[in-house]
Amino acid sequence: MTYTIEGETGPWELVIGLEVHAQVTSNAKLFSGAATEFGAEPNSQVSFVDAGFPGMLPVINRECVAQAVRTGLGLNAQVNPWSRFDRKNYFYADLPQGYQISQFAHPIVGTGVITVELSDGSTKEIGITRLHLEQDAGKSIHDQHPTKSFIDLNRSGVALMEIVSEPDMRSPEEAGAYLTKLRQILRYLGTCDGNMEQGSLRADVNVSVRKAGEGFRTRCEVKNVNSIRFVMQAVEAEARRQIEVWESGGTVDQETRLFDTSRGVTRSMRSKEDAHDYRYFPDPDLPPLVIDPSWIEELKAGLPELPDARRTRYVNDFGLSAYDANVLTAEKETASFYEEVAAGRDPKVAANWVTGDFFAMLNRMGKGIEDSPVSAKHLGALLDLIADKTLSGKMAKEVLEAMGETGKAPGTIVEERGLRQVTDTGAIEAAVDAIIAANPDKVEQYRAKPTLFGWFVGQVMKAMKGQGNPALVNEVLKAKLDG
Amino acid sequence: MHPTDFTIRGALEALNEGIVTSEALTQAHLDAIQALNPRLNAFITVTAEKALEAARASDKRRSDGLAGKLEGIPLAIKDLFCTAGTRTTAASRILGEFTPPYESTVTSNLLRDGAVFLGKVNLDEFAMGSSNATSAYGEVENPWQRSNDDGVRLVPGGSSGGSAAAVAARLALGATATDTGGSIRQPAAFCGIAGIKPTYGRCSRWGVVAFASSLDTPGPVARTVEDCAILLESMSGHDPKDSTSANLPVPDFAAACARGVKGLRIGVPKEYRLEGMPEEIEALWQQGLDWLRAEGAEIVDISLPHTKYALPTYYIVAPAEASSNLARYDGVRYGARVNGEDLKDLYERTRAAGFGAEVKRRIMIGTYVLSAGYYDAYYLKAQKVRTLIKRDFDEAFKTVDAILTPATPSAAFAAGEKQDDPVAMYLNDVFTVTANLAGIPGMTVPAGYDRHGLPLGLQVLARDFDEETVFAVGTAIELAAGLKALPQVRAFA
Repeated sequence: MTYTIEGETGPWELVIGLEVHAQVTSNAKLFSGAATEFGAEPNSQVSFVDAGFPGMLPVINRECVAQAVRTGLGLNAQVNPWSRFDRKNYFYADLPQGYQISQFAHPIVGTGVITVELSDGSTKEIGITRLHLEQDAGKSIHDQHPTKSFIDLNRSGVALMEIVSEPDMRSPEEAGAYLTKLRQILRYLGTCDGNMEQGSLRADVNVSVRKAGEGFRTRCEVKNVNSIRFVMQAVEAEARRQIEVWESGGTVDQETRLFDTSRGVTRSMRSKEDAHDYRYFPDPDLPPLVIDPSWIEELKAGLPELPDARRTRYVNDFGLSAYDANVLTAEKETASFYEEVAAGRDPKVAANWVTGDFFAMLNRMGKGIEDSPVSAKHLGALLDLIADKTLSGKMAKEVLEAMGETGKAPGTIVEERGLRQVTDTGAIEAAVDAIIAANPDKVEQYRAKPTLFGWFVGQVMKAMKGQGNPALVNEVLKAKLDG
Repeated sequence: MHPTDFTIRGALEALNEGIVTSEALTQAHLDAIQALNPRLNAFITVTAEKALEAARASDKRRSDGLAGKLEGIPLAIKDLFCTAGTRTTAASRILGEFTPPYESTVTSNLLRDGAVFLGKVNLDEFAMGSSNATSAYGEVENPWQRSNDDGVRLVPGGSSGGSAAAVAARLALGATATDTGGSIRQPAAFCGIAGIKPTYGRCSRWGVVAFASSLDTPGPVARTVEDCAILLESMSGHDPKDSTSANLPVPDFAAACARGVKGLRIGVPKEYRLEGMPEEIEALWQQGLDWLRAEGAEIVDISLPHTKYALPTYYIVAPAEASSNLARYDGVRYGARVNGEDLKDLYERTRAAGFGAEVKRRIMIGTYVLSAGYYDAYYLKAQKVRTLIKRDFDEAFKTVDAILTPATPSAAFAAGEKQDDPVAMYLNDVFTVTANLAGIPGMTVPAGYDRHGLPLGLQVLARDFDEETVFAVGTAIELAAGLKALPQVRAFA
């Protein structure tokens, strides 16, 4: 079923393509040795190269190239053994060199494809047009002083990957699913941290609308959208705007727009006529980037398992449901956490605990898996205590709570609180005998009314301070009462 | 003999034998600068205190047995090389009082080998020019004068006019220079000294204010071919900070000077025989070929068919790169700033006030040839022609070891001449730009005089990274020419 938006003239289809800017995870910038840490003091991570000082020259950072190659491989794309850097010339105060070094004509990565999952359980392939490396600009800060602007060059020269999709998406959901999947792949690869709030990942959204069976109509580009939710909203808002324009007899002009997140509408930023003439030409300071095929092979061999492969493995080898496998592989950190918990244990039990009580606990605490007070090692140890019957399931839930509060190992908590489950049948029998002896009237009533069994279980457990193994308590009680 | 008359080789020997100290040598040059710079205007900045301090430190190293290859030699540095703690102007107002906190790789290499820097010498603004007339710090006078007319001030050539004039007038034993289209070789020829543009990639460009990155080549000027070889050896070497720097060992260039030319095949490109070229240039060229033949070289007629496209190609490629390279001079982070109403106004005022006319002209040409709709017709076409010019040389060097041509189409001209006609000025580079476009090494060597007694040079070209053959051929010409005349304006004359 094709997603459409109903206009006055009938249904309209959407055509969507994304240009995603992903900050390369690396210790140093693309062409200088300066650091790239987020949130540092303004202008504290700037080399003379980044500040465009006279006579300074760019030298390519090998790790950034490796990250681009890894990403290309992760996107099932062609890695080009020969690529080239061009200068994109324009003047702005936060662009110290007066040009951005980018790859215009010959990108490092060519066409690829990724598969996205949709909410109805279906999948769709989205084409990747290209991926190229480029420098980020600095940051202009206009709100610190009534008449002055401030410039922070910490970002200047930071390596970005621009990942351009084919116009293959047909609905806000597909655009969201594409960005979600792309982000997931980047994070699995460790080539971009995917942090959209900090601007490590941002999307330019190209949208056009058409009637069924038509070719492409004019598109508009919505710049710098910084969350997956906003991407989906921007697609919808921009598509509705264009439909209105077409239906009122106007024409959509190719232009660059911004998404106003508070009003949920897009507004014009600059028209095609105002577009810069960037005067691209090959950067004479940099020889062509030639990549040895054997290095590509080496990087390929070192790639981590990607989400699709991991999900399949969870279903096939671990016997998990497709739903649990999805949840556990959504984030690389979650999957790694889960695999550590599951290692040498029942993978299904581990999955139930991770996606159940553990996630519920994190949610209550407002924490993520990366700052979880309970380590995978401790959660695994807790499962071991259940498996060897030291703890009942109910007790284990209490212990997990305590682990969340204290960060302590489950064994320590069990010791400290004396929470050991009693599996000694002698002790259980003694407790059962005492309850039966103290309540002859109830025993009498039980003969006529077997539902009183639960009352006996409760009394025994109470007497044992909740530490009696429930199965054993049941078993012994049954034998004594019915015997 | 006065210490300013030493060659670098001679000075190194004298220093080694204790005949002179670096301090005395440096002081002699500072005295010469003080006496003559007000007239010649070769130096923009003289760092007398620093120089004497460096000279004393050098003398100490020598007495400690730690002498480097250039220990104690006073040099002038083209003011396009960034020098830590010393103002670097590129002869432009736009850099203001910019004082780099870093030292260019080439000057670092010279300091490593013990050289003493006297100061920063004048040039055409951002190295754009052939007469040193575009400098924001005033014109430089050529120390040579016409024998028939000593009232006329002659230009030293450009862009390394300050370097060439300072060395010719004995204000320095040698100087650094840069060559983008002939900026080492043409002023060296005009001032009667030697200068080599090495192969592109031989000397690092790191810390050299960029004009046209794919053409800019640092190199030395000095009074003898051997002195150039000594300087180039220090200046050269792989630099990981310059991605276009060649990772090749540096040969013993000075040793190559004595190789001789016996058995070498010397090419004579017919396309360098220009219509209307002065007869004395033609005669000197023939003389040079005769000298080399007499020394055992074989003279071979060759063709470099795309030569006539070299100058227009150069005047597309160089301004294109310059228009981008000079974008960073915007008044925002360093250098001169003229405040404006808004950012755009600040840019416009700063750049209008900061750049001179020739620089503006080239920025505009460069911007134009890179513009949408013109890129293919100009820049892309020029790049294709550049490839053909390189191929011409590759073909020629299959049959010859070196090529001999005139250095310039004329001797030094008078100040003010050709000022109103940029194209006539651009023609100065007609013999030299091809080497920049091809990246090959080229050297000009003084070989004779014009009818007014002004120096004329010959140019030697060779294969990529074969500066050794250039030095061998250059030395043969230098020896055969045996020139004795000295410039009229010189220290302690």
